[in-house]
Amino acid sequence: MTAAGLREPAAAKGLLILVAVAYVALMLLLPLGAVLYEALRKGWEMWWAAVSEPDARSSIRLTLIVAAIAVPLNTIFGVAAAWAISKFRFPGKTALIALIELPFSVSPVVSGLVFVLMFGAQGWFGPWLEQHDIHVIFALPGLVLATVFVTFPFVARQLIPLMTAQGSSDEEAALTLGASGWQTFWRVTVPNIRFGLLYGVLLCNARAMGEFGAVSVVSGHIRGETNTMPLQVEALYNDYDFVAAFAVASLLALLALVTLALKSAIEWRYSDELAAIH
Amino acid sequence: MSIKVEHVSKSFSAYPALNDVSLSVRAGEFVALLGPSGSGKTTLLRILAGLEVPELGKVWFGKRDVTADKPASRGIGFVFQHYALFGHMTVAQNIAFGLDVMNRASRPSKRDIARRVLQLLELVQLPGLAKRYPSQLSGGQRQRVALARALARNPRILLLDEPFGALDAKVRRELRVALRQIHDELGITSIFVTHDQEEAFALADRVALLNHGRIEQFATPEEIQKAPASEFVKSFLD
Repeated sequence: MTAAGLREPAAAKGLLILVAVAYVALMLLLPLGAVLYEALRKGWEMWWAAVSEPDARSSIRLTLIVAAIAVPLNTIFGVAAAWAISKFRFPGKTALIALIELPFSVSPVVSGLVFVLMFGAQGWFGPWLEQHDIHVIFALPGLVLATVFVTFPFVARQLIPLMTAQGSSDEEAALTLGASGWQTFWRVTVPNIRFGLLYGVLLCNARAMGEFGAVSVVSGHIRGETNTMPLQVEALYNDYDFVAAFAVASLLALLALVTLALKSAIEWRYSDELAAIH
Repeated sequence: MSIKVEHVSKSFSAYPALNDVSLSVRAGEFVALLGPSGSGKTTLLRILAGLEVPELGKVWFGKRDVTADKPASRGIGFVFQHYALFGHMTVAQNIAFGLDVMNRASRPSKRDIARRVLQLLELVQLPGLAKRYPSQLSGGQRQRVALARALARNPRILLLDEPFGALDAKVRRELRVALRQIHDELGITSIFVTHDQEEAFALADRVALLNHGRIEQFATPEEIQKAPASEFVKSFLD
């Protein structure tokens, strides 16, 4: 067959591109645009009033606190898990990988219910927690637990293939050169995985701030106390307070855009190093 | 420094990688560990480096039992087949790494480290490349940098795992000559792993031929050629 015969006709090419662009516009850009449009429909002042109102402020603060606890925890455990899986041989390794991915395949609602089952008033540890006046469900600890559970895989999954591909010889070289384990980790391992790590942390953070299902189950929806931003959006929407709902939602959309921009910037700047990840 | 390996055994899951191996290397000697893949030669080298721990047996460096010592405290230099240079560091930073990680009390001053780096670059015939990154170097140049890095702390023992394995024939010959010169100049004890018989015989004072985790013969190239110790040695030489 000639080279021309291998090429698809110009019409097919044009149609495919059109379909792809139209689909993206319809499914992704239109909703995003609608959120921003609705949020600003009554002007910047109304938007600002909606996001600076006490309950909204409390939801923003709570979302930031939850992410500030959950993301570092999952970063540390994600690096540790990826390290163990990629650098050592041990029985049950495949099972551990499957377990790390579990939160992706479990419905977020179930992820939330698990914690209610354990720490709720009727749960396994409920009576003991009540005796000691410790509040997990309908309080910050429950929100953090549910978020940690749902966002656990992001960092580990990003790092496992990268660290497996890199092998251990750089670390071994550092050890034979007299470096301690700690020095080897900070001076050799972390620089080797820095972009994969950053990438994983970004995705983990975006999900931690945006999570609805699991958090909804353990939150109790107390306005100004246990409502994170996504929950606040729903509460406002159910009150028919559309401008306020979309105003808070626009902040979440903004977070998505910032994440996307950072991710693209990393990809563009360090495309060679990232090629090893995928 | 002399090296003594006494009755070392090591197995990976089921199969034995080393089976009751003993070896005595004199100070200043250049020794090749030669054998087919899976013969245990790399495992033996990694045990000498402390990157693997033997199940049985002992390793002595001079009068010191180093069997339980960590790689960092053995006073060795190690060169990897695929260089294992740190990609985010310049050539100079790579070479200085072993000195930079020393504790403050024994670490040389910044100026002394910089001087040592230049001296090592001179030794491996790469002057002027200090500011480059490993990705900007050819394979032969990278392995020279790896060699300089391994020598930075003045090790008494140099261990090389298939050091020419990833290089083409011409570069391989050049680097071989350079390595032998450096070995003689520094008076260190060197052990290198190879599966290339010609390379082992051309470079080493004595060659240890390994097969199935055992040393079949350990002698000078001339002796091995004149009197192969076993059927395996004879067939490997053909």
